[in-house]
Amino acid sequence: MKFIDYYKILGLDKSASQSEIKKAYRKLARKHHPDVNPNDKEAEKKFKEINEANEVLSDPEKRKKYDKYGKDWEHAEEFEKARASQQSAYGGGGQSYSQNYGEHDFSDFFESMFGGSGGFSQSGKARFRGQDLNAELKLHLRDVYTAHKQTLNVNGKNIRITVPAGIENGQTIKISGHGGPGHQGGPKGDLYITFGIINDTDFKRDGNNLYTSVDLDLYTALLGGEIMVNTFDGQVKLKVKPETQNGTKIKLKGKGFPVYKKTDAYGDLYITYNIVTPTNLTAKEKELLKELANQRK
Amino acid sequence: MEQEYILITDFCTSHNIETHFVMELYEYGLVDVVVKENIHYLPIQQLPKAEKILRLHSDLDINLEGIAVITRLLNRMEKMQNEITQLKNKLDLYK
Repeated sequence: MKFIDYYKILGLDKSASQSEIKKAYRKLARKHHPDVNPNDKEAEKKFKEINEANEVLSDPEKRKKYDKYGKDWEHAEEFEKARASQQSAYGGGGQSYSQNYGEHDFSDFFESMFGGSGGFSQSGKARFRGQDLNAELKLHLRDVYTAHKQTLNVNGKNIRITVPAGIENGQTIKISGHGGPGHQGGPKGDLYITFGIINDTDFKRDGNNLYTSVDLDLYTALLGGEIMVNTFDGQVKLKVKPETQNGTKIKLKGKGFPVYKKTDAYGDLYITYNIVTPTNLTAKEKELLKELANQRK
Repeated sequence: MEQEYILITDFCTSHNIETHFVMELYEYGLVDVVVKENIHYLPIQQLPKAEKILRLHSDLDINLEGIAVITRLLNRMEKMQNEITQLKNKLDLYK
């Protein structure tokens, strides 16, 4: 556990007055407050540090203790006990606080020096509604082609959710009432899950539509024919028109990705033909192709 | 009723604030308030917003005019972030 320099965090000297501490805290808090920096983990971390520094330095008792022991904080408890035993006549009742907000708002250093989480914080207001929790879930594109059940472990609790088919990369869904517990009769917070969709297929996705390219041999492109192509849920037979040009795009209606929360609705699959010309031509083939070329002159 | 609305007095007691503060938020159009039989309630879905406003007010010392501006800008930012996500997904088509 490392010593934390609270003065440095707030950019202050040890001699800073209470008004300077308040001013420095407000300035940094405005910049890093999680409510004005949503989904910014760095800002959240920074704000916790600022908050903790303010918690200590704005409280004369805590600041006194912090200043007194400084880097020797690990021995603070021993010193305190020794001092208490010398002052036996004055029995300290101590104060008990109830902790009403985020359990992990303070560092181990803080907890070690001040015990618990330091009681009621000026800036960490008691919550009524439970804390919202955020989770990230990585899934493969194939996983979200159909709705499926998934068990998530959030803060040690297993939560079984159904991931609807067609969820998008970066989409966030809210699971109501699965956040932190409420206080004083307040409702539970919500759980927000942001999905990261890994696409390791041959298909590209844009919303509900899928895109892929298919190699087509020269002769089928010229003369037409039938080919088998892969769609997301299996192969289909396709008729190729004679004289198909390279880069021709065709649409297979309803063969795309499921539409989010719309049963039996699917986007389309767009296939681009990539005409492959033959290589390693034989003498005979060359002769025939020359003859063909001359026909077009 | 209990599941959808919270008594404003319960909310205020929990946050150690006066009820007129919530009414002020309502007057500024920052939260919705429902009145039933002369009793004021806060719709439960308004709680995250109301608590965020309280934090901005107490942690950062921002007045209600400032909070109204911040809230509007944050809403715009959220919309823009959603657009960025969609555009990034679209860009994958060309990778």
